[in-house]
Amino acid sequence: MTYSCGLLPVLNQDADEQHYEMSDYEGAGARWCPGCGDHSVLTAVQRLLSAEQMIPDQTMFVSGIGCSSRFPHYLRTYGFHGIHGRALPVATGIKLHRPELNVFVIMGDGDCTSIGAGHWLHALRYNMDLTVLMLDNGIYGLTKMQTSPTTPAGFKSNTQPRGGYLPPLNPIEVALGVTNASFVAQTAEWIPSHLYATLRAAWQHKGFSFVRILQRCPVFTPLIYQQAIQDPARIALLVHDDGVVTPELDKIYGTRVHHDLHDLAAARAIAEQTDHIHLGVFFRDPSKPRYEETRRVAPHTPAERVQLLEQEFARYAV
Amino acid sequence: MLAESSTATVAPAPLTILRVSEHTVEIVSDSGEGAQKCGQVFAAVSAKMGNGIWTVEIIPAEIQPPPRIPEGASGNRIRVGERAMTNWGDRTNLVIAFNEQVLLARHRVDALADNAVVFIEDKWARSDDPDIVAAWSAAMKELSTRNYRIIPVAMEDECLTLVDNPRKGKNMFALGLLACIYGRDMERIKDQIAYAFRKKSEEVYAQNVSLVELGFRWAEENIDFRVEIPTTEADKSLVVMNGNEALGMGAIAAGMELCAMYPITPATSVSHYLSEVFERFGGIVHQAEDEIAAAGVAIGASYAGKVAFTITSGPGLALKTEFLGLAIMTEIPLVVVNVQRGGPSTGLPTKVEQSDLLAALFAQTGDAPHVVVAPATIEECFHIMVTARRLAETFRTVVMVLSDANLASGVTPFPKPTLDERWQAAPLDLAPVRDGQKPYGWNPETGLSQRIIPGQPGGMYTLTGLSHDAGSKVAYSSGIHQHSSAMRSRKLAVLQSLLTPPTVYGDESGDLLVVGWGSTIGAIEEAVERARAEGLKVSSVHLRFLSPLEPGLKEIFARFKKVMTVEINYSDEVGDPYVTEENRRRGQLAFLLRASTLVDVDCWTRVPGEPLRPGSILDAIRGRMPRGGKA
Repeated sequence: MTYSCGLLPVLNQDADEQHYEMSDYEGAGARWCPGCGDHSVLTAVQRLLSAEQMIPDQTMFVSGIGCSSRFPHYLRTYGFHGIHGRALPVATGIKLHRPELNVFVIMGDGDCTSIGAGHWLHALRYNMDLTVLMLDNGIYGLTKMQTSPTTPAGFKSNTQPRGGYLPPLNPIEVALGVTNASFVAQTAEWIPSHLYATLRAAWQHKGFSFVRILQRCPVFTPLIYQQAIQDPARIALLVHDDGVVTPELDKIYGTRVHHDLHDLAAARAIAEQTDHIHLGVFFRDPSKPRYEETRRVAPHTPAERVQLLEQEFARYAV
Repeated sequence: MLAESSTATVAPAPLTILRVSEHTVEIVSDSGEGAQKCGQVFAAVSAKMGNGIWTVEIIPAEIQPPPRIPEGASGNRIRVGERAMTNWGDRTNLVIAFNEQVLLARHRVDALADNAVVFIEDKWARSDDPDIVAAWSAAMKELSTRNYRIIPVAMEDECLTLVDNPRKGKNMFALGLLACIYGRDMERIKDQIAYAFRKKSEEVYAQNVSLVELGFRWAEENIDFRVEIPTTEADKSLVVMNGNEALGMGAIAAGMELCAMYPITPATSVSHYLSEVFERFGGIVHQAEDEIAAAGVAIGASYAGKVAFTITSGPGLALKTEFLGLAIMTEIPLVVVNVQRGGPSTGLPTKVEQSDLLAALFAQTGDAPHVVVAPATIEECFHIMVTARRLAETFRTVVMVLSDANLASGVTPFPKPTLDERWQAAPLDLAPVRDGQKPYGWNPETGLSQRIIPGQPGGMYTLTGLSHDAGSKVAYSSGIHQHSSAMRSRKLAVLQSLLTPPTVYGDESGDLLVVGWGSTIGAIEEAVERARAEGLKVSSVHLRFLSPLEPGLKEIFARFKKVMTVEINYSDEVGDPYVTEENRRRGQLAFLLRASTLVDVDCWTRVPGEPLRPGSILDAIRGRMPRGGKA
C-alpha cells in the first residue's frame, strides 16, 4: 500500500485476523424516529462493512447536517459530522491525502441538492473514490418539515403551506449531466435486498459512487412513495449482469429494464422517464480519471524538501 | 513647469550630479506595455548593487483597461536608498510615463514630489488625432500647477530605429535611461534581463539588451543630470521577493503539503507561485469550486493528519466563516491566510487596507477563540507560516495570518532564512491510541490535548461540530458546554503566557505612543524617527499577535501621556458632523486595545487605497501630540 501522506503505516495490518461481525460496527444507539428509512440504510451499511471486512479504524463516514447526518455517530468507525451541505469538501480533503482509507459520505436531500449543490456537482466531476449516499426523504426533517428541492410539487410543508410551487429536482438527471460522473444509482429504503446490493455495487466501484436512496420520513413524508409500495408494478428494476443483481426480487418486481450501464445517453433517457420509479445502476464507467490519482505527488523527506528550498532561494538571491 | 524642447534639440549640457541618500522612481504605462518588467529589473539590479529597495506595483483594477485613461495606470514604484528601505516612502522623485493620461493619474493622487523629474513619451503631442492632441494639451496645463521638470522623450521614434513594434520595446528603452541616470551596472542588467525573459528566445533577449543600450546612449547624450545613491557592499545572503512569494515559500518551509484556495485578489499570487513549484516538494495546490470548499478541503486534509492551509482575501474570508467555526469547535489545526484588501464587499480588490482585523477575530458565531497574527514585513511573511503551523498544531486551533496588499505586492530584500528540517516533520503518526486516550483529553489547567486521526488503531470516534465532551460525545447538559468552552478559551491564555511584551521603538516612556500592526511598521517607525529628530517625545510599538494580544500592553501604555493607533482602516474624526467622543467609530486595533486595556486609546486611520506615507503619519503625530508639553 502506498502512503502518499508520509504518515507511518500500520505495520501489523496483515496480521490482523480478527473477523468483524455486523455488531462490531455498532456505535451509539440510533436516535432516529421509529420507522425512519435511515435505520434500513444503517443496517445495510453495517452488513456491507462486515461483508467487505472493512477494518473499523481504516473506515470513515463523513456527513453534513440533518437527521441522516447523525449516521456516523451510530457506527463504530471514524466519523466526521460537520456542517450543513459541506460533507463533500471535507471528504475530498481526507481522501486526497489518505487514499488508503475507506471513505463514505452521508448526506440528506437538503445537504446534497440544496445548500451543498455546488459541491455535489464538482465532487461528481473530481470523481474521487468515495461512496456517497444521498438519503432522500424529500423533506427537511430535523428543522421540522420544510420543502426541499426533492419535495413533490404540491406537497404542503411549513414553508410552503399551500403546496410546493416547483417541480422537484431530479438528482439522477443532474448527476448524469455532470462531466466525468462515473457511477450513478438509485435504490429504495423499503427494499432491503436491493438497497444492500446497490450499496455493495457502489462500494466496489472505484470512483465517485453516487447513490440516491429513496426514503420516507415517518413523521413528515410517510406517504410519498405509498403508491409504489402498494403497487410494485410502478417500480422498474434496471437489470444488467454487471449491475445490481437481485434475482430474489423477480417475483415481486416484474417490470424490468435491460439497460447497458455504460450507455450514458440511455441512462439519461431512463432518468427522465416518470412512468416508473427506476431502481438500479444507471451508469458506471470505471475508466474515468480520479482526482486523487491525477494529483498524486511523490512524497519527499524533510531533507529533500530543505535542499530543494535552498535551490529555490538561489532563484531569489540578491 | 519647465517644459523642455523635444528630444532632437536637447543639447548636451554640463552634467549635474545629484548625490542623495535615497530616490524614488516610478515607471507608468498603459496595462500591457511592460512598465512593471522595467521596474522589476531596475529594482533587482539596484538591490544586487547594494542599495536598499522597496518596490510597489501600481495596478489597475482591469486586466486590459482601455488605453490612455488615468484609471489604467500600471507600473512600478521603486524607492532606492543607501540603507534598507522599510516602506514605500512619501513621493516620487523621478517618473517615466508612456502617456500623459497615466501620468495624470499619478499627479492626481499626489504621488509626485513638487520638483519631480518627469520623462514623458511625447508622440501624443504630435498625433494626427486632434482629440489626443487636445488631451495632451489639457494634461500639460493641469500638470503646470506643479514645479515638475518635464522632459519630453520621443521614446517610440527612438525604438523604431531598432524594432518594428515599439509597444514591445519602450520599457527596455526606459530601463536603459534609468540605468544611465542612476549608474546601474550594465552586466547585472543583462543578467537580470536574461532571467526575466528566461522563457523567451535568445533573440528576444538580444533585442531587449540592444533596446536598453539604446536608452542608455540616448540618456548619455541628452540628459544633463545623474543621480548617485551610495551603495553598500551587497549582502550575498539576501533574497528579494514580494510578500506573497514569501508566504508561499514559508508554507513549503513549514512542511505544508496542501494549499486549498479559490481565486481572489490579492491573495491568488501565492497560489500562482505554489502551483509552479509545490509539486516538486510533494505538495499540491487544490483550486476548489468555491471559497467554502477550499476551507473544507483544507480542514478535511488537516483532520486526516496532513499539514494544510487555505488562503484568501476579505470576501473569501467571510465565506469561510462557518467552516472556521467548525475547525475551532472541533479543534482541527488550520492555518488561514487572509491577504487583506479594501472592503467591505468587493471594495478595493487590488488596494491595501487593514480592515479585516475585527472580522478575523470575531466573525465566527458563538464563542470561537483562535489565534490571529499579522506579519509586519515581507521577511516575516516567510517566518509567520512556520510559526502559524506550530501554533495551530500545538493549540489545536485556527491560526489566521493577516497579510495585506502592501506586503503582497511590495518587494524588498531580506536575509535568506536559515531552514530547519524539523519544520518539515509530519504532525503525528498512526501509532495506536493510548489506553484511555480521548479525542479531547483536555488538560484541565491548559485545555491542551492530543488529537487522534483516522487510521489510528483503537481511536474510532465521531468528530462533531455539536457541543461535545472530552470523548466527542454530543453534549446534552449545560455543564459540558461551559467546561468545553473554557477549555477552548484557556488555550489562548496559555499561549499569551508564553509571549513576551513587545519592544518599544524609541524611548520607553514619553508623550505619545504610536501603536501599529501589520504592514505599516516601516512607515510608522520612519515617521517616529523623524518626529524624534524634531524633538518630539514619540515612541511606537508594533503588534504581531492580535489574538491573544501581546502581554504587558497596559504597563507600556501607562508610561506615555497618550496612546494612538495608526492603521489603514476607517475611523470617524471627532469634529465631523454628528460625531462625538461617545459615538465615534474608531480604528479596529484601537477598538480592541480600548476594550482590553481600558486605556483611552486614540487613533489616526486612513483608507487611501495605498500604503500610508511616513510623511502623512509624521503630520498626524505632530497634530496629535498631547497638550501640556514634556513628560
